[in-house]
Amino acid sequence: MKVAVLKGGRSLERGVSLRSGARVEDALERLGHEVVSIDAGGDLVKRLAAEQPEVAFVAMHGLGGEDGTVQELLEIMGIPFTGPGVAACARCMDKVLAKHELRDAGVPTPSWFAFNETAFRELGAADALSDLEERLGFPLVVKPSRGGSALGVKFAASWFEVPEALVSAFSYDNRVLLERFIEGRELAVSVLGGEPLPIVEAIPSDGDRYDFEARYEIGRTDFVCPAELDEEEASAVTAAALAAYEALGCTGFSRVDLILDEDGPQVLEVNAIPGLTDTSLFPQAAEAAGMSFEQLVEKILELALKPAAA
Amino acid sequence: MEETPHRRRAHTRTRDLERYAGLFAARTGVMRSSAMRDLMAITARPEVISLAGGLPDTSTFPAGTFAAQMTRIARESTAEALQYGPTEGFAETVDCIVEVMGAEGMLPDPDDVIVTTGGQQAIDLICKTLVDPGDVVVCEAPTYPGAVPVFCSYQAETIQIDCDVDGMRIDDLEAVLSRLDREGRRPKFVYSVPSFQNPAGVTMSLERRQRLVELARQRELLVVEDSPYGLLRFGGEPLPPLYQLDGGDFVIYVGTFSKILSPGIRLGWAVAPPPVMEKIVLGKQASDLCTSTLTQYFVREYFSEGHWREYIADLVEIYRGRRDTMVESLREHFPAQATWTEPEGGLFIWATLPDYIDTSDLLAKALREDVAFVPGQAAYVDESRGRNSMRLNFSGVDESEIREGVRRIGKAIAEQVELYGALTSDSSASSASSASSASSASAQPRESDTDAAGVPRPGAAKDGGDVLPFRKTGERGR
Repeated sequence: MKVAVLKGGRSLERGVSLRSGARVEDALERLGHEVVSIDAGGDLVKRLAAEQPEVAFVAMHGLGGEDGTVQELLEIMGIPFTGPGVAACARCMDKVLAKHELRDAGVPTPSWFAFNETAFRELGAADALSDLEERLGFPLVVKPSRGGSALGVKFAASWFEVPEALVSAFSYDNRVLLERFIEGRELAVSVLGGEPLPIVEAIPSDGDRYDFEARYEIGRTDFVCPAELDEEEASAVTAAALAAYEALGCTGFSRVDLILDEDGPQVLEVNAIPGLTDTSLFPQAAEAAGMSFEQLVEKILELALKPAAA
Repeated sequence: MEETPHRRRAHTRTRDLERYAGLFAARTGVMRSSAMRDLMAITARPEVISLAGGLPDTSTFPAGTFAAQMTRIARESTAEALQYGPTEGFAETVDCIVEVMGAEGMLPDPDDVIVTTGGQQAIDLICKTLVDPGDVVVCEAPTYPGAVPVFCSYQAETIQIDCDVDGMRIDDLEAVLSRLDREGRRPKFVYSVPSFQNPAGVTMSLERRQRLVELARQRELLVVEDSPYGLLRFGGEPLPPLYQLDGGDFVIYVGTFSKILSPGIRLGWAVAPPPVMEKIVLGKQASDLCTSTLTQYFVREYFSEGHWREYIADLVEIYRGRRDTMVESLREHFPAQATWTEPEGGLFIWATLPDYIDTSDLLAKALREDVAFVPGQAAYVDESRGRNSMRLNFSGVDESEIREGVRRIGKAIAEQVELYGALTSDSSASSASSASSASSASAQPRESDTDAAGVPRPGAAKDGGDVLPFRKTGERGR
């Protein structure tokens, strides 16, 4: 089969995407497919039109590739593609939107406030920040609404650290959220065609959380898969993850990140197109389920071509 | 983009990674690689104005000269030029090195010189010769970002000494040496880029040079003087290199042709006392047997024409203009609270922003405007430092790009300053940002503790002698 692998692009996660894409390409070739490797740039549509692939494997992360933009183009061109569709991508990419959807669907997610940059610049939103302590408590987490790989994510231990954290987060997006910090175990549920794979637990080796570097470097974070959870915990986590996947309308494959404390699991975010690099969680989960990377890639392709089977 | 016809070897699986990870040397655990590397990958996009590189301008090197020299080598010395050479380098290359060092007043013994694959290899070989895991290495804060991974890979404990406009603070160095002394430890060497430092752009004063050399002698301490830019002086009086002041007993000198001829030829050198040199040569032999014969022949040819000083003079003219343009642009576009160095030579300006700005995040914002710089944290071993500083290169892009690049960065900073002002009702922050957006209002926003060049004077800092241009006023929890 002729498969176009879309990777790279202009997002800040370009580097991760190139690694995901390269690994997918290798797997596809070993599977005997004809691979067309495309670094998504100004000639994307032209190249797709010229190559006429039977299916596109979207291995892009961050803005442009994971937010529905590329998916929209592929829909217009009538090329089936891997992973979630336009709307699901748009919902997952925008953490504020995603959290609203999750809350509406009754999926537990840490409480939050969201602000636009204009709210601070023009509407005096800074005065509303004084409610933070009461509503969210400290420490709290400040995140750009649309951003991946923990870029621009900062902790504020007290009120005084909030402005600096906001300046950082607003460097990535004009909307940010301030989220209640939940101390708990960091878990990831990889969902493949609606079915959960074994849960991965991420244990940072040096105590740092949400650290971009730790996520992509060997040895900086220990991953345990399947996570050591009792049956009740595991089924609660899986149920929350599947509910989140459903609520955001994901199809194909996605990864749900959660935090587990004594009150149960809470969904932090859903990655519409999770990383597929050597150190990424999704392939680890697949491996724990006895699935090789090639089998995983083949399954993802299959789901793209037969969405009904998802 | 062209696809390579050959496939890379298959990527590994998690299981394989674990298997390899069990084989990795302990030093790989401290080798650094970071999020910034991913961000820097984006700076390679052609539409990005990169003030991030450290590239000399090689576009003015005459193609005709290059062609003629390579032709002559091919015609007269093909067999030799394609052969291995001595580990120490060819005597003729060393003659060129002695000539270059002579231009700065140094008179090394040719026997003390080794030709290396760039100055970078010299730093690596010096570490290989001197540093065991856990040994102390002292360097400047900020220091050459390319030296940090070398020190890390030899598992050195790196201690950084703050700089001000007069370079490394020798009083701080003395205090550190005394503390180490009490702990029964001695640093293996003090690494310094005394002239037009990378990244800070500052130059060590004569007084401090003399004190450093004295200290080295008293304490029998080695100093590694890395001097890639010494001949690229645009203004002020030349200062004697540490090597010259010391006479070569305790100073190991590292030089390079990269900034005065070409970085592509990968030719540098080290000069060290004979017992040290003996070990360095053995180390070099183990690393790569010898430096490229072909490029040594090229340098020999180039120097035989006798125009190398003129080429440097041309470069100096170009870089002076670019530095002036960058300084002008910084005055126009950076907010009043920003400070920066105004180097008398070299390739870099170091700018420091209000301490609530994290330049790694600013880089992400700047990249959306297609402009890049190096976040300050790259110049520190402790990555929580240098967070509000940045290195700006003025040698690699032309003046119109410098103007536009600084304007875009300035705009991104102004937005952050304004936002911070709105968040904290900090009227000085908001007024500063409005000043910076007016084209000329911020031309001279300096206070009295800065000198005419707009650089904070040493010791002028108000908070207990902290070194203003280079350090956040308080460490923040991260």
